Amino acid sequence: MRHTISVLVENEFGVLARVAGLFSGRGFNIESLSVAPTLDPSISRMTIVTSGDDRILEQINKQLNKLIDTIKVIDFTDEEHMERELCLVKVTADDGTRAEVLRIADIFRGKVVDVTPKSYTIEVTGAPDKINAIIELLRPMGIKELVRSGPVALGRGPKGWRAGD
Amino acid sequence: MKLTGSKILLECLQREGVDQVFGYPGGTVINIYDDLMDSPIKHILTRHEQAAVHAADGYARATGKVGVAIATSGPGATNTITGIATAYMDSIPLVIITGQVPTPLIGNDAFQEADIIGITRPITKHNFLVRDVKDLATIIKKAFYIARTGRPGPVLVDLPKDVQVATTKFEYPESVELRGYKPTYSGNLRMVEKAAAMILAAKKPVIYVGGGASLTDAHAELKQLAEMIQAPVTTTLMGMACFPKRHPLSLGMLGMHGTYYANMAVTNSDLLIALGARFDDRVTGKIATFAPHAKIIHVDIDPTSIKKNVRVDLPIVGDLRDVLTKLLKELGGHAEEVAKSVERLKPWHEEVAAWRRDQPMSYTPSKTEIKPQFVIEKLRELSNDDAIVTTEVGQHQMWAAQFFDFVQPRTFLSSGGLGTMGYGLPSALGAQAAFPKRQVIDISGDGSFQMNSQELATLVQYRLPVKIVILNNNFLGMVRQWQQLFFNKRYSQTCMELPIDFVKLAEAYGATGLRASKPEEVEDVIRKAFATKGPVIMEFKIAREENVLPMVPAGASLNEMVLAS
Repeated sequence: MRHTISVLVENEFGVLARVAGLFSGRGFNIESLSVAPTLDPSISRMTIVTSGDDRILEQINKQLNKLIDTIKVIDFTDEEHMERELCLVKVTADDGTRAEVLRIADIFRGKVVDVTPKSYTIEVTGAPDKINAIIELLRPMGIKELVRSGPVALGRGPKGWRAGD
Repeated sequence: MKLTGSKILLECLQREGVDQVFGYPGGTVINIYDDLMDSPIKHILTRHEQAAVHAADGYARATGKVGVAIATSGPGATNTITGIATAYMDSIPLVIITGQVPTPLIGNDAFQEADIIGITRPITKHNFLVRDVKDLATIIKKAFYIARTGRPGPVLVDLPKDVQVATTKFEYPESVELRGYKPTYSGNLRMVEKAAAMILAAKKPVIYVGGGASLTDAHAELKQLAEMIQAPVTTTLMGMACFPKRHPLSLGMLGMHGTYYANMAVTNSDLLIALGARFDDRVTGKIATFAPHAKIIHVDIDPTSIKKNVRVDLPIVGDLRDVLTKLLKELGGHAEEVAKSVERLKPWHEEVAAWRRDQPMSYTPSKTEIKPQFVIEKLRELSNDDAIVTTEVGQHQMWAAQFFDFVQPRTFLSSGGLGTMGYGLPSALGAQAAFPKRQVIDISGDGSFQMNSQELATLVQYRLPVKIVILNNNFLGMVRQWQQLFFNKRYSQTCMELPIDFVKLAEAYGATGLRASKPEEVEDVIRKAFATKGPVIMEFKIAREENVLPMVPAGASLNEMVLAS
């Protein structure tokens, strides 16, 4: 089963390697990983998408918590939450497809961020499913290149997490 | 007053109560070694950095203190790896200081540069690269704190040469703030109450003890619990000396080379009380058939150990001694029920006694060949109760575990998790440095001994009177045993064809060498060795194809043992 986990870590030298090494060393799967500092610059937030049965997820959770640099682990699986991913996609746009590419981008509330006579680059954000959907629709037009950020996630509701809470 | 980084390091070590370190100098630690000449900290120069770490490990296991080792950058640092991994697998508190090339050169493939932080990340509890001398004191404080608290383990501090030379005002922090590291010491009372209820309801309980009992020095509480609830006690290799083997409730070791009665008791138990043990594959055999009728209570300070390998009915995260103290108190409040439940255990004790009668630990004695088990029994008989025994890894290690009746905690030092050949001699060196007056015995095989035999020089130089037992069968015996049993006796690369004269080897280093080739010479050699002042090698030419039995073949169930008779 797919799990989205947020890991708040000390923003220190080598911390990404510790987390990534934990996953590879113990044979846990990483589907995506995104990381950046939080409002408090001493803390980084990682969002990891992984998968496994309950036993493996329990181990992932515990092993992440065991790292000295880990401050908090949040598994969103059983929680109301939002996931958003950013995708930049460069699509062939010739006379026959230019209009259709724009229409598709529009339906997904995407933005054209770069234009050439032969291509459009579209920026689109959304839950991973939505990104998958636009990619499938654009694929027949000819995708030249694309990049996805991997999802980031936040719990729904008024409660937030801050260090020391 | 401003101090250099190297002086700050030594000051910090002293504040942490370190009076003995083990190490090997080199270019990037030369400043530390220079300052060491003016420091009260004693240093033992081993002949290899791996041995320095094993020595610090032996020191830590024997004393309960944090062991400290120092090595230079590059090859010095990479030589420490096996020592660090050994300590990590057995949760031994160590602080390893490595030199590093100056910070501006890091990443440039400088002379004797290795990314030791990257290399040791998965085999340390934590590691630090010191990039600013101002952080040094705090990092050393954190390193010792992390090494000794929670589930202990090795911590490496990589110290670039320019940081050792740089100066700053020295202030040792009073406390440590690590917001991501808060080990749970106190066991949850409601869980303890549940555990007590499960114990009172059990008809076939077994206590299964691991290294956690040694690390928390919980032997007294353990004995109290076992006697109170009258549950038989089996230990892992790491828990070996935590419960006296001569105790009527002792089942000895369980697992691959455990006793028949321990493995049968675990397999037939209805309650397994796991205390500071981690259900290693050498203990459980085939997981699917491990303790199939038992409810499992698992007490461990490390939450990742719980439910990692086996299902657990009642997890208790906490310090073992704390949990046992609470459990004793809880059970103490139900004296009547405890007495009733003990009464109910009679048939269980009879069942266990029958297994013990059917298949006691035994071997076939010989009048012509030296049986290794006989040597171990004689060693026990002729040594002091507080003698510290270390081992290498292989057949001799298992015979030591099976036939040496340990009576005191922290007297059996062996590489249980990683299974490191070459561990025994340097760890004996470390233990002897900690306790110069006690008997320290390295039980070894001819294969393992040769992996760190250079440490004979260290023993002689520092007058460390370690007594080394070499059970010599000219084989890598454990692998040979597997080849005999599972590979149709095809002894691929396990025969050590060159017979080494270990007596002459001892003499070459200035130690004493003794040899026994016949059973009647064994006792005399051991007596002579114990009466000799300095380090001694006792070489025993043993029965070459003797096997370690009982044996649960890898992947088989615990009750599917190959038996001695």
